[in-house]
Order: sequence, then C-alpha cells, then structure tokens
Amino acid sequence: MAIFPPEDRLWWKQPLHWQELTWLAVCLVWALTMFFTMIVWHSIGDQNLSNEAYQISPDKFAERTEAMVEKYQVREEGDSGIPVVRPPAESEVYMLARTYQWWPVLELEKGKSYRLHLSSMDLQHGFSLQPTNINVQVHPGYELVMTVTPNETGEFGVICNEFCGIGHHTMVGRIHVVE
Amino acid sequence: MADSTAVSANFRTCPDTGLPVHLPAQNLIKANAVFAVVFLLIGGIQGLMVALTRWPAVQLLPDDWFYLVLTGHGLNVLLFWIIFFEVAVLYFASAILLKCRLATPKLGWVAFALMLVGAILANIAVMQGDSTVMFTSYVPMRAEPHFYLGIILFAVGALIACFIFFGTLVIAKDEKTYEGSIPLVTFGAMTAAIIAVFTIASGAIILIPTMLWSMGLIGDIDPIMYKVIWWAMGHSSQQINVSAHVAVWYCIAAMLLGAKPLSEKVSRLAFLMYILFLQLASAHHLLVEPGISSEWKIFNTSYALYLAVVGSMIHGLSVPGAVEAAQRRRGFTQGYFGWLRKAPWGNPAFAAMFTSLVYFGFLGGISGVVMGTEQLNLIMHNTLYVPGHFHATVVAGTTLAFMGITYLVVPLIFRKEIRFPTLAKWQPYLFGVGVAGISVFMMGAGTLGVSRRHWDSYFTDAAEMGLSFSYPDTAFLMMSLNGLSAILAALGGGLFCVIIVASVFFGKKREDNAAETNPIIGIGGGEAVSSYGSEGTLKLPGTMTLVAIFFTAFFLYYWVNWKYLSEVWPLS
Ligand code: HEM
Ligand SMILES: [Cu+2]
Ligand SMILES: [Cu+2]
Repeated sequence: MAIFPPEDRLWWKQPLHWQELTWLAVCLVWALTMFFTMIVWHSIGDQNLSNEAYQISPDKFAERTEAMVEKYQVREEGDSGIPVVRPPAESEVYMLARTYQWWPVLELEKGKSYRLHLSSMDLQHGFSLQPTNINVQVHPGYELVMTVTPNETGEFGVICNEFCGIGHHTMVGRIHVVE
Repeated sequence: MADSTAVSANFRTCPDTGLPVHLPAQNLIKANAVFAVVFLLIGGIQGLMVALTRWPAVQLLPDDWFYLVLTGHGLNVLLFWIIFFEVAVLYFASAILLKCRLATPKLGWVAFALMLVGAILANIAVMQGDSTVMFTSYVPMRAEPHFYLGIILFAVGALIACFIFFGTLVIAKDEKTYEGSIPLVTFGAMTAAIIAVFTIASGAIILIPTMLWSMGLIGDIDPIMYKVIWWAMGHSSQQINVSAHVAVWYCIAAMLLGAKPLSEKVSRLAFLMYILFLQLASAHHLLVEPGISSEWKIFNTSYALYLAVVGSMIHGLSVPGAVEAAQRRRGFTQGYFGWLRKAPWGNPAFAAMFTSLVYFGFLGGISGVVMGTEQLNLIMHNTLYVPGHFHATVVAGTTLAFMGITYLVVPLIFRKEIRFPTLAKWQPYLFGVGVAGISVFMMGAGTLGVSRRHWDSYFTDAAEMGLSFSYPDTAFLMMSLNGLSAILAALGGGLFCVIIVASVFFGKKREDNAAETNPIIGIGGGEAVSSYGSEGTLKLPGTMTLVAIFFTAFFLYYWVNWKYLSEVWPLS
C-alpha cells in the first residue's frame, strides 16, 4: 500500500473550474448585498423593530397600563367589557397580554406616532397585528417599547400567534385607527 | 492471528457494491432505520390530522386535541424520525463506506435503547395531556418532568451514537481501511456529527434545568435566555439535517450514476462553512424578541455575512453538476438538458434525490433566507409562513432524501427486494408534490398573516366574547388547498411506510446474483461512493442554466418581500 496517495488525488491542490469560481463569486457578492441591506434599512427604512426594552415585573406593567386606561378611556369595546383608550399622539401607550386577552383596546390617529409598550402578565404571547401583518414576541418580565405610526384607517385585529394554552385561539385584541 | 479471523468472520461482502459489510453495524443500521420509519408513520398521521383541523371546512379535531397532536407531531417527525434515521446514516457512512468495523457495537445498542425509551416516554407524556407545550416547550409554560426527561434520554442516546461514529473514523484510520482522505459522503456525515455534538450539548444545558424547574427544584428560568439556548439546539440541529441530506444526495448520485463531486475542495469547503457558522443560527428565532440588539441579530441571523448560505448555494451547483458531469461521461451529451431527460427518473432513489434537491433549494432555501432577514421577519414571525418554510426544508428536503436512500438501504443492507416496485416508482413524486403543496400554501397563508399553531381561523369563540376578527378570503382558500395537499403528502408518506415495511418484513430475499439480473448500483457506484476524487472535465451548460434560474428566483423574491415590508405601518 502506498504511503502517500497518488499525486493526482491530492484534492486540495486541484485548481478550481471557472464555473465553480463564477458561482462562488456570485454567491459571495449576493451574501454581502443581503447582509448590508439589513444595515442600510436601519437608516433608510421605515420599518425597524426598536431596540428599546426593559426588565419589568408584571405588576408594575399592569399598574402603568391601568393608569393610562383611567386617564384616557373613552368607551367600552362592544359588549366585551374591555375599555377603549384614546391616548394623545406621541404619548406612552400600553397594551398588556395575559391568557387570553389583549388589554385594553386602543384608538389611534392615522399618521400620528405613539410609543407602544408591550409586556405579558404570565406566559409568552405573540402580538400579531392584522391585516397589516406586524408580528412581535411578547415576554413576561420584559417590556418592549416601539414607536408605531399607523398609515391607514380601519379596525385592526391583534391576534395572539404564540401558543399560550388551550384558549390561545380566543385571544384577540383590537386597535382602531381613525382620521 | 485468531483476533483478525474473528473480526473478518463478522463481515460479509456485498454482492452489489463489493464493499465489505460489518454485520454488527448492519444490525444497528437496520434497527435505527426501522424505528425511524415507525416514528415517521406516527408523526405523519398526526401531521395529517393537524392539517385537516386547520382546513376551515373540516376542522377535524377539537381544540385540546389539536394542540396535543401538534405537540406530538413536532416531536415524532422532527426529532425521532429524523434523528433515528441520521444515526443509521452515521453508521453507514462510517463503517460501511470506510470498509471498517463499527466501534463498540454494544454501546450502539445502549444508544439505541436510550433513544427508544426516551422517545416513548416523551410520547406518553404528550398523550397524558399535561404536556401540551409544543415541541419547543417555551418557558414559563410548563410540561410534566418526564416530557423533558424523554427528550433528554433520547438526546443522550444520539450523542453516544455520534461518538461511536467518531470512534469508527479513528479505527478506520488506525487500521488503514482506506487510503488518503475519507470519502465526501463520510465527510458530510462527519460535519453532521460534529454539529450534533454542539447542538445536543446546548439541548442538555437548557432542558436539564427546565426539567428541574418543572419538578419545582429550581426557580424561574428567563424566557429569552431559554430561547437563545433552546434554539442553539433547535436551529443548529437543522444544520445536522442539511449536512446529512446533502451527504445523502452525493451518496445517491455516486451509487446510481458513479457521480463524483466537481471539485472535492469546494464541496468540502461548503461543508466546513456549516460547522464554522452554525452556532449563530439560533438568532433566526429571536429576530422580534425584546431586549436583543439589532447588531447581534444582524450578525447572527446572517451566520456572519451569510457564509453558511454560501455553503448551501455551493452544494446547489455541485450536486446537480456532479449528476450532469456523470451523465455526460456516461454518454448522455445531447443539448443542455439531455442528461436530465435521460436521468433514471423511474428509480425512486434518484427521483427522491433530485426532487428533494429542487424543493429544498427553491422552496426551502429561498424562504429561509428571506424569513431570516432581520426586518423581514417582522412580517412573518409565527405566521404559517414558518411551518411552510420548514416543511420545504425538513420534509421536502431531508425527509424525501432519506426516503430516497432507503430504497437503496433495503436491498443493500436488509438484502430484501423492494415490494410493489411500480408503486415505489410513484411514491417520491406523490409525497413530493403533496409536501411542496403544504409548504407553498402554508407560506401563502402566512404571507396573509394567518397564525401558526392556531386552532380556529374563524375566531368564533373570540367573537362570542365580543372581539371578532376575520382573515381575508384568500387565506381560507390557502388553508383548504393546504388540507388537500396534506392528503396527498400523507398518501405518499403512508405508501412509503407500507412499501418499506412490506419489503423488510415480507419481502423476497435479494439473491447474490441479483447484481446482474436486477442491478441497483450503477457501474462504478460502489467505488465512487467509498473513495474520493473530483470529476475530470467539466461541461455543465445544464447546471449553469439551473443555477441561473435559481438565482433569478431568489433575487426577485427577496426584493418583493422588502416591498411588502415597506408597506406596513412604520415602526421604529
Ligand atoms: C404527511 C406529512 C405532513 C403533513 C401533512 C404535515 C402538516 C403539518 C401542519 C399542518 C403543521 C401545523 C402548522 C401549524 O398549525 O402551526 C405542521 C407542523 C409541523 N411539522 Fe409537519 N407535516 C407533515 C410531515 C412532517 C415531517 C416529516 C416533519 C419533519 C421532518 C414535520 C415537521 C413539523 C414541525 C416541526 C411542525 C411544527 C410543530 C409546532 O409548531 O410545534 N412535518 N405539520
Ligand atoms: Cu396568547
Ligand atoms: Cu396565544
């Protein structure tokens, strides 16, 4: 048995074929393009998830949410018993998630910005704003703060899209956007 | 030399490939492959029930059963079917392809027993009804302790199997059972095994404390930290699947057509990229979590500048390229695509391999990169787009590839002829079309916002509580088409199980002279798969056209999704 493999079988010394080289180059350029697109979107794009988040206890978050509801409640949503809140533009707006409810319902103005705070009282929930289709994870113990600017009027559903137990599919909230 | 005769008495020579086959390795391959198929059968039935429940007009299961069965489905197919089969692939790629004895077969049986006990325990926990937490078991949702214990035992068994694989590589090197480098297929399997060690360690780090927490022995587990580590197992293990099924693609192409990689250097480099960058992929599941910075997300979700994606794109050229080169060498040189038209489409192993390659690349690969883009994830996270994507990767890709090689394992390792050969011809197409359907339609529904893991697309109960919501009509159409496709997929999957069980347990023995009368290995196939060396000349107009089409699709679809994103509510 030969101690060294035959010369022509030293695969790491074989030259690359032009087809493979071309494809490799295309792939690398594309990889860099995709990588930098994410970075560039942070400066030119309008849809970036905020990095602002805090640790917070569920009680504390509930307290703040209740304070906001007390201040800005305008009515109740249908016969659901859930308060509808109409906070002023640019203000701090809270929505809490708990099995199986998004609380409260919000009424926002089109084209105005709000600082929306999200957190959970118990398990993880999924904030899924439909039909615009924005999906954000909501954790207990963490508060996410993001600035949202509704760009269309209408009635939006907040679906829970993280499995949170047997009532998961009953967990629906709402945001009204008005002129 | 009593010793060496004892060793060689443990071997038989395969009449089809000419390879010496270590009998204890053969038995372990059989056991692992058989139980893999058993779990595929159970999990596949559960998948059908889930899909029929999500078909709005059918809604088969009540809500509690739906979530329970969905938990079982994830475990049985993603963990138990895939990993049992991968263990069989590891033993095959080491002992058989290196013409070597398997290291410590007794320990192999211990590994097997641990995996089986673990899988059964986890299934019992799920069926008891108090562990309906989905296979991801996100804290603080709590399952029973034996749910976690089952998964942990299964993982320990799989870890032992990886070390048996490494041990076998060492023995083969010591005993000089091969010359030069290990074959590419073994190299790919080695990539899978290395990644497996990393992922299983991550799994242990998170599941052991979670089990203790569920027993009340330790306090809270941070839900974000849980996800970071859980997905270091959950996503990185998808790189095991990719490495394993790419190795299987090369293996089938080599055995049937005598195909060799275009260049060993490039193909091995591509595997290496999986090892180097895999740990980062956990980020794919954390793109819309609070408290994680964008810098971290961007770097990690792209596996450091998308280098692992480049790895897959390289295989995307070199696998069809290897097939084309081999076909041209065999004389099918007509035009751009003569090689493809004349490919053995009636051979289920080839049909499964090539369609798996196409589905994985076009459906699974592109959607994965798109969804894994930091901002684009906002419009997809936890919608049905996610299961749509991974049914293209792990079902149309991995599962179909594994089905393909099973059509070779049964005659070669079990020494049984395939029963119902005509049905077997159609099986990969039926399953493939069904799975492509569920992938595409779930992605479609997800694009329209439909939630994953969700029992009631009509939200009837929510409406009763005063808050109604309705998805667009197209979403319901998508869900119905998804249900129909699921029926096709389940028929194809069921057919596979029937064919394999019938062949293994009631099949005709494969005679030793069958290599001439009913050959399954192509000329030079045994040699091509168990040695190494690149293809000599390269003329690949067909493959170059295919990758050009692929790239165009990728390019367009990627930018279309940025367009979608730019239309949703501004966020900052
Ligand atoms: C007959 C074949 C199959 C059908 C019809 C099917 C269908 C489905 C459906 C409809 C879902 C649920 C989507 C949702 O509501 O969230 C699902 C989830 C899933 N499937 Fe399959 N599937 C099949 C085979 C497979 C195979 C072979 C694998 C893995 C190799 C797999 C892996 C998964 C996983 C990991 C989930 C996610 C479970 C979860 O969300 O916790 N499926 N499948
Ligand atoms: Cu919820
Ligand atoms: Cu939920």
